[in-house]
Amino acid sequence: MARIGVFICWCGENISRHVDVEKLAEQCAHLPGVRCCLTYKYMCSEPGQNLIREKIREERLNGMVVASCSPHMHLKTFRKAAEAEGLNPYLVEMANIREHCSWVHHDVKAATAKAADLIRMAVAKVRRNHALSPIRVPLTKRALVIGGGVAGIQAALDIADAGHEVVLVEREPSIGGKMAGLSETFPTLDCSQCILTPRMVEVGQHPNIRLYTYSDVEAVEGYVGNFSVTIRKRARYVDISKCTGCGACWNACPNKKTPSEFDFGMGKRSAIYVPFPQAVPARPVIDANACTMLTKGKCGLCAKKCAAGAINFKDQDELITEKVGAIVVATGYKLWDIGKEQENAKLAGYGEYGYGTYKDVINSLQFERLVSASGPTGGELRRPSDGAVPKTVVFISCVGSRDNAKGMSYCSKICCMYNAKHTMLYKHKVHDGQAHVFYMDIRAGGKNYDEFVRRAIEQDGAQYHRGRVSKITEENGKLIVRGVDTLAGEPVTIEADLVVLATAMRPADGVETLAQKLNVGYDEYGFLSESHPKLRPVETNAAGVFVCGACQGPKDIPESVAQASAAAGKVQVMFSREEITREPEIASIDERMCAACFTCVRACPYNAIERAEIRDRAGRLIKRTARVNPGLCMGCGTCVAVCPSKSAELEGFTEQQVYAMVESLG
Amino acid sequence: MNIGYYPGCALHGSSNDYEQSVRACLGALGVNLCELDDWICCGATAAHSLNHKLAVALPARSLAIAERDGYDDLLAPCPMCSAQLIKARTALARDRALREEIAATVELPLEGRTEVLNLIQIFQRIGLERLKSRATRSLNEFKPACYYGCLLVRPPQALRFDDCEHPTSMETLLSELGAAPVEWNFKTECCGAGLTMCNERTVLDLSHKIISNAAAHGANCIVVACPMCHVNLDMKQADIERHYGIRHAMKVYYLSDLVGMALGLHENELGVNRHFVSTP
Repeated sequence: MARIGVFICWCGENISRHVDVEKLAEQCAHLPGVRCCLTYKYMCSEPGQNLIREKIREERLNGMVVASCSPHMHLKTFRKAAEAEGLNPYLVEMANIREHCSWVHHDVKAATAKAADLIRMAVAKVRRNHALSPIRVPLTKRALVIGGGVAGIQAALDIADAGHEVVLVEREPSIGGKMAGLSETFPTLDCSQCILTPRMVEVGQHPNIRLYTYSDVEAVEGYVGNFSVTIRKRARYVDISKCTGCGACWNACPNKKTPSEFDFGMGKRSAIYVPFPQAVPARPVIDANACTMLTKGKCGLCAKKCAAGAINFKDQDELITEKVGAIVVATGYKLWDIGKEQENAKLAGYGEYGYGTYKDVINSLQFERLVSASGPTGGELRRPSDGAVPKTVVFISCVGSRDNAKGMSYCSKICCMYNAKHTMLYKHKVHDGQAHVFYMDIRAGGKNYDEFVRRAIEQDGAQYHRGRVSKITEENGKLIVRGVDTLAGEPVTIEADLVVLATAMRPADGVETLAQKLNVGYDEYGFLSESHPKLRPVETNAAGVFVCGACQGPKDIPESVAQASAAAGKVQVMFSREEITREPEIASIDERMCAACFTCVRACPYNAIERAEIRDRAGRLIKRTARVNPGLCMGCGTCVAVCPSKSAELEGFTEQQVYAMVESLG
Repeated sequence: MNIGYYPGCALHGSSNDYEQSVRACLGALGVNLCELDDWICCGATAAHSLNHKLAVALPARSLAIAERDGYDDLLAPCPMCSAQLIKARTALARDRALREEIAATVELPLEGRTEVLNLIQIFQRIGLERLKSRATRSLNEFKPACYYGCLLVRPPQALRFDDCEHPTSMETLLSELGAAPVEWNFKTECCGAGLTMCNERTVLDLSHKIISNAAAHGANCIVVACPMCHVNLDMKQADIERHYGIRHAMKVYYLSDLVGMALGLHENELGVNRHFVSTP
């Protein structure tokens, strides 16, 4: 016999403002199967939970409904409370009378009636719930970290230091990411390389880290705790086990004309190269498109000079499979490449700034390389067109950020700070130079951040103009920057020697493909979606996959590092157990009924249903059937919807339950 | 091909050389311009500065006539006209109540079937490939600075034509016909427009900058698709030269002049001999 408890939450005023909770409680007390019904101001609080536990005990409840917020928010809380009192947690249901009712309806009478309907449905459902126990699956205590920028490095080192093996995959020939190329960092102006390269060396030498550079994640199979990841190690043409990194090869290479990716085209590199001297691993790769030995079969100078015999022109891509239990995605960002062909026609704008046409209009990362001690000019600021020292530099904020018409609607967050930094670095290098900044608003929230911007303005004399730049043109070797100062209320024209565009931060190339391989969601801009913006910021909706750094949204270094440690912490929590428990609310196939049409196999988004055969003892085939792999099933219910013979069922959401809920409305 | 034609005041008045050019050029391409019966003023700057309803109703009347007479496309070679017509069309398409009200005002039904084209769009409609195949002469001696001015590409939300800050459609068209358009800086700057009547000094100043910049970037002519631009850059050029004491001698062509010449028409057939800056 059903003994259901109904617990109605006020959620402070969130629910009680538009739902008459007391009246609701009276109505619900008489529903069939309901033993008791009471309300409380904050049901999720400790006294609220104690109230629930007390009632479970007193009334010997065998099912309960909490009418409050979304189950995303607190289903786990209430299930735990029930479990502590010996009630199977899967006999707890929630009726969402906040998001689905009080927040969206403001007529008290109608909202109360709707809340009553929602509770009636939940009661009808919970009466047909089964006690379930979590599924236990084994756990591989190794982690994969994708991306070797500062976030990936931090996450990998944290997990490895905790004693777990880490596989770190980086697309470029070296780890270090964008941060390795930065000059100095805000708000302290400490040297980026000085703080990052020791961490890179730690990664390279850590006994628990297996590093794959120049490699991509090709495929991901399996499920939380038991992923099988295929990694494509691209042909490097250099055997890094033999190579000593002496440098004879890249010094010998006659083709030194390829624009350096690490310098964002501000410098040149050879066809065989290490991206920068402090690279980890400090071993070269051969650019197959630039090397004449690989394109035309002529040259081979590097191989002749290599004393270790490490160069192998016949090198091929290699596919490696790694088993891991958790995945951390830290693929980072890129700057919006304006002035190029864009896949999306909406992003074709900003031709009027002449990026790509005028050599002295560059983006902020290119500027970083021009003022970096490790950059192509050795840290001396010389403009790209003629090598002259620029006496007037204009920095433009929000190129594509906060721009609904022809860019991204979001704020790229870090540009205000690095623009201030750039004006300072510039002034420190060119004492008689003048820096100008065009900005929409200065967003300098963060510890010591606003002070830093004030320093740029007050001590280093940067001229800030609040307004947009309409056009950049070139006349007599000068860049004519025409804009407006909306505070002064007048147009501004500046004859500049160098213009630096703070273009919008976008997710790194290929992140959408990767997200699809991992079943991780992403927004319209390609930033990966966290599970909950406040309470689950590094988890994703794919179990066992975590995100950190700028792949999740624009972020500066301290935030990326903090988030990376958070993601690593989540991985360690997962690895602190010997096995993983998974929600038992998954699909099953009635194998007697199954007609083996395998529609479900094709429909399942998680590849969790396989074709199986039922044989008798003598090994004779009796019938074929579909079968759910409980380790993979995410309980989405797609198979239930498509099955023509109605032999698929979703535990915790059976068709009986759904029909009962619908009928209860009648 | 028959196409609706809205000349507007300029092409029947001070800029009838533009009409001659457009008619000759499109005629050579087999496009027959059918002037709208009883068309009225587009409202220009005056209407929308004074009365929003009037700014919609005036162009709406001409649009309704085009619709009644069955024209799917309506060419308005003056960008002021095409902008006003398109803005009215957009406003009517968005707002049913306004549409009903304006239809009553203009005493004609309005369904929005007629699409308005500027001069560049009609060439795009004909197709660059087809234009190229009809061309009998290369424009390789021309290094034009393509000048769009203000209204050809603005306001972008209504016009949805080219990039309003950095347009390139004229360049694309003319390069196909063998010309070598120059990269320059004043494509969309203001020529002074109607101030030519009341504040000539400003027009001389602005137009001088445009012509100088074109010359500095190696242009040997300026190409426009607007009667007003042509007035300020061509007719006023002598005044500019006198005022600044410098000789520009920068020829200013309508887009249809250059396309017409590529099609083998003589300059005089296109009315080029009627421009103020003489063609050597």
